[in-house]
Amino acid sequence: MADDLAAIYRREVGRCTATLIRVLGDINLAEDAVGEAFAIAAERWPVSGIPPNPGGWITTTARNRAIDRLRREATRHDRHIAAHLLRPEDMEPDDTSHLDDLDSFLDVVPDDQLRLMFLCCHPALGPDAQVALTLRLLGGLEVPEIARAFVVPEATIAQRLVRAKRKLRDNHAAYQVPRAAELPDRLYTVLTAIALIFTEGHSATSGDELVRVDLSSEAIRLGRVLVDLMPDEPEAVGLLALMLLTDARRPARLAPDGSMVRLADQYRDRWDRALIAEGHALVRACLRRNQPGPFQIQAAIAAVHADAATADATDWSQIVALYDQLYTFQPNEVVAVNRAVAVAFAQGPLAGLAALEALDADRLDRYQPFHAARADLLARAGRRVDAVAAYDDAIALTTNPVERRFLEQARQRATNGTAGVVAYPSAGTSKER
Amino acid sequence: MPQYLLSVWHDDEYEVDFSTPEAQRMVAQVGAFNTELQSAGAWVFGAGLQPASSATVVRSGTTVSMTDGPYAETKEQMGGFWVIEAADLDSALDWARRAATACEGPVELRPMQDG
Repeated sequence: MADDLAAIYRREVGRCTATLIRVLGDINLAEDAVGEAFAIAAERWPVSGIPPNPGGWITTTARNRAIDRLRREATRHDRHIAAHLLRPEDMEPDDTSHLDDLDSFLDVVPDDQLRLMFLCCHPALGPDAQVALTLRLLGGLEVPEIARAFVVPEATIAQRLVRAKRKLRDNHAAYQVPRAAELPDRLYTVLTAIALIFTEGHSATSGDELVRVDLSSEAIRLGRVLVDLMPDEPEAVGLLALMLLTDARRPARLAPDGSMVRLADQYRDRWDRALIAEGHALVRACLRRNQPGPFQIQAAIAAVHADAATADATDWSQIVALYDQLYTFQPNEVVAVNRAVAVAFAQGPLAGLAALEALDADRLDRYQPFHAARADLLARAGRRVDAVAAYDDAIALTTNPVERRFLEQARQRATNGTAGVVAYPSAGTSKER
Repeated sequence: MPQYLLSVWHDDEYEVDFSTPEAQRMVAQVGAFNTELQSAGAWVFGAGLQPASSATVVRSGTTVSMTDGPYAETKEQMGGFWVIEAADLDSALDWARRAATACEGPVELRPMQDG
């Protein structure tokens, strides 16, 4: 029963909250009411059994609880506002057996979840706030869970959420799916927030555990919801494919001692074939639409990696071509560094170094992957002294202890002159190296 | 309908020479934007300000004191503003986008308190 409850919570909480925000017109009220309804469910369902439509039960119960609360507060505060909000003639008590049949009582609109995604990822909010709000309202994560996942104090997350909700309220943010003219930009913000959650889970920026199972899975769940709601958006499909293909490598990313295993050194038989197959199918489906975008291209890169039975069998020229295409969408240093690494695999370390050296070194000075990639290519080109210096730069910029240990070992190999044995590829949004 | 403040920001050294073609172009763009706001019924008020160096700060206390110059000692100062009415944040942001295009610089959007 406890497992069932947890599964129902994960599946339904975002949907219920989304509908309650529309019905109540207030995020905090909706949040509290849904929490209260799940608490009631946890007490009642072990005795009464799980109702046939648990989400409908939660939504209706939460709504009635919120109405009760507003009624109580209305007697103390402002009866007028509550009456305006609630249309009292619709009210029903929640402690009745016929509640289970009331699934259609509340107008549960799939669009509610979409509205909530666009609200949480409103571009007027910063990325940190978008991510926290998405995880809280759509994922139902509690403040301490979000704080642990991002290794920041609980008070920071709590304050971030309060500020974000307050900003949306003070600015009269509408609860609606953006108009067609704004949709591409707004959708991209939503996709970026989900990708950020996935990346944080896939390779935490700090903390001793490299893989945060919860955030990656939560991002994939959100990606699936989005694809269900917007099946005609190829970039949404592309992001889901990218996450699945990257997550498929999770079982091979950590050695038994907890150290990080690079893509080239991973035991590919540990990769999750079911996830790869699903990711491949999605990549093919969205590429057929011929509306390429950055997430689809990154998914295609991950698919090329997944296709290779061994690291040596990787079709690097294909990957270089995909990075060239990605660069036309995102002409930034991150893409350029990844492209240079792919060039090194396709044409040798000197070609890769030439590609890196063509970039603006000043702008990349604080970008750890630039130094890590440069160090590896220098080591493979036999320039040991330069390689060690570049490893020092990379290590100085690394906060993740697992990655740091990895770089320190590579630096040691470069010092001993045993470098250049292993490969150093990268793919997609992941920080996997 | 909610009201918002759109403020225009520029370098504190900024001073417009209205005889230049650039300034003329901007004046025309802002004029067109004002007309758009008015014909859409979104206009409440709007004005350009003299340079920040023309400001005086008055502070309350046991005696009221005055200091020459703007309150905020920052490189960026407000150069003008509009008060607009918009249905929601997205509509207001749409106006802010057009305002930034018209005056070729950053525009801050801020909701007014209700009531």
